[in-house]
Amino acid sequence: MNLYEYMGKDVFRKHGIPVPDGYVVEQESDIRPFQKPVVIKSQILLGGRGKSGGIKFAKSEQELKDGVKQLLGSKIRDLAVTKVLVEEMLDIKKEMYVSIALDRTSKSPILICSAEGGVEIESVDHDKIFTRIIDPLLGYSQFIGRDAVNFMKLDPEIGKQFISILAKLYEIFNQEDCELVEINPLMIVGNGKLVAADSKMVIDSDSLFRHREFEVIDPEKTPLELEANSKGYSFIELDGNIGVIANGAGLTMATLDALTLHKGKPRNFLDLGGTDNSETVAASFEFIMKAKPKSILVNIFGGITKCDTVANGIAMAKTRFDIRQPIVVRLSGIRDEEGRKILKDAGIDSFPSMMEAVERVVKITGGN
Amino acid sequence: MSVFVDRNTRVVVQGITGKQGSFHAGEMLAFGTNIVAGTSPTKAGTKFNDKVPVVSSLREAMQYEPNATMISVAAPYVKDAAFEAIDAGIKLLYILTEHVPFHDSMDIYHNAKRKGIVMLGPNGPGITGVASQCKIGIMPGKIFRKGNVAVASRSGTLTYEIVDAVTKSGRGESTVIGLGGDPVVGLNYIDVLQQFEKDPETEQIVLVGEIGGSNEELAAAYIKKHVKKKVVAYITGRSAPPGKRMGHAGAIIEKGVGTAESKIKAFNEAGVKVADYPINVPDLLE
Repeated sequence: MNLYEYMGKDVFRKHGIPVPDGYVVEQESDIRPFQKPVVIKSQILLGGRGKSGGIKFAKSEQELKDGVKQLLGSKIRDLAVTKVLVEEMLDIKKEMYVSIALDRTSKSPILICSAEGGVEIESVDHDKIFTRIIDPLLGYSQFIGRDAVNFMKLDPEIGKQFISILAKLYEIFNQEDCELVEINPLMIVGNGKLVAADSKMVIDSDSLFRHREFEVIDPEKTPLELEANSKGYSFIELDGNIGVIANGAGLTMATLDALTLHKGKPRNFLDLGGTDNSETVAASFEFIMKAKPKSILVNIFGGITKCDTVANGIAMAKTRFDIRQPIVVRLSGIRDEEGRKILKDAGIDSFPSMMEAVERVVKITGGN
Repeated sequence: MSVFVDRNTRVVVQGITGKQGSFHAGEMLAFGTNIVAGTSPTKAGTKFNDKVPVVSSLREAMQYEPNATMISVAAPYVKDAAFEAIDAGIKLLYILTEHVPFHDSMDIYHNAKRKGIVMLGPNGPGITGVASQCKIGIMPGKIFRKGNVAVASRSGTLTYEIVDAVTKSGRGESTVIGLGGDPVVGLNYIDVLQQFEKDPETEQIVLVGEIGGSNEELAAAYIKKHVKKKVVAYITGRSAPPGKRMGHAGAIIEKGVGTAESKIKAFNEAGVKVADYPINVPDLLE
């Protein structure tokens, strides 16, 4: 889960990483008296905000008011701006890059930094990027910072500040359950001080039980996805016309792949998980029906989730939501014969093999 | 003998009286797994299924000499339960629980590794040693038949689908391992490939991969160099749009890394044939 820049900077401040003076504006009355030139930054979760017109500069009270008015309520690449961050304008001497992320291969934190920042790290020359896997049992220690400073050829005063920021960044990575914590750019300003001019933090959504303060509505999710997620279903909207329900993330993905290979177009991803409850199955159709598909494919391999339980759930849903679209079901595994009989009595097609079910649903859905 | 588990595997179930824990412990007993004890904070002193002693802590369970554990406690308590098992000297740690914070998994993994403990999961279906009749985890017992095909997978149901297809094709399995769908899990493909290559029961290997990360690519490079046995694969998530997590926390294409194309290409270059559909996996086997 991504945090907004202002939230990330609050975390930085809490842990003692220097950030520019600033405040959040949600409505014009939040604007404070103008004192010095400021930057007005849209709070949206997108890289390249500046290029998309999401950042404005103000050298007077009037420019500040105009800038805020223009940004608040506007849309930047389809994302609504509901908050802006007003910050002192910095006297930039140099822009650097630093981040700590999860390295999946070593299952450890990895430090990445470069004396060249302010641009996407992918576009920086590889030989100018310092990377170091941190042994989580040892944790961060100053020798890592010294190696980084030597590599980046920072002068001693800047290096000292940099090392202090690294220690705090590592503390944030661990204490706040980050997948990524990034400062880009980390600026050297006029008085020779380092300042975190931007923040990017990705928090492990599985850790929210101990970080309630970070619970934000994911702006990248659709209202229907949020609704289904709140009911415990793993649900993603796609742009096709065949509604899909399956059990297990891997099998659900494989179902979408099989449909696509057969030139069918899935409308969604819906993973029932390891339920063995007919009501959970039936209730999941609410989100499928709201997505208005032309047809519905249910693909179940019965293990923990038993086929007759699923069949009962499908039959319940058909009546409850008055489903007129064709439903094609694949049932295999534990109690599949019983399940198929229940479906037959409810007038629903079912197949033992995934391929047959996929072919069938693509055929009856037809073109667009 | 199967890999990682065998007839001498003695299992303790941490959380044996919970909804998940009790159901799966029952299924494991039915498969033939030797469950020697279970823990429960509230039901110590009772017997599970009239035969497995239930105690209040892992320390107490050690009197029954377990060497493997299945952890089935709620996500916030997994780290503590795993540390308890590591501290007690358990040799194989399987975490069934989903939604464990990966920072916790990272701590568990590195501490387990330091003590030479094998960690499996979190968020995977576990391990089934078919010939040794030892199943730790949640795989449906009825899909297996003894044979020479080893399977390693990052997902659950998809594993059952493929195992079922292998069994129905007239073949059978040696050991089936679910690695887990999280960004940080205990075993990688390479860890299990090493074991499968050495295992006299295993003659061919199926790897079931999915989008996200680069473990499949690393496995392909390893196979090219070190694996002489036949390996085939299936990769799911070909149709997944970038930036969307497809159910598993690990299954996401970020900045072009972790795509199905990249994984299929890496496998093909290592001489590993990749099936288009799960059902076609047996067609690629001997």
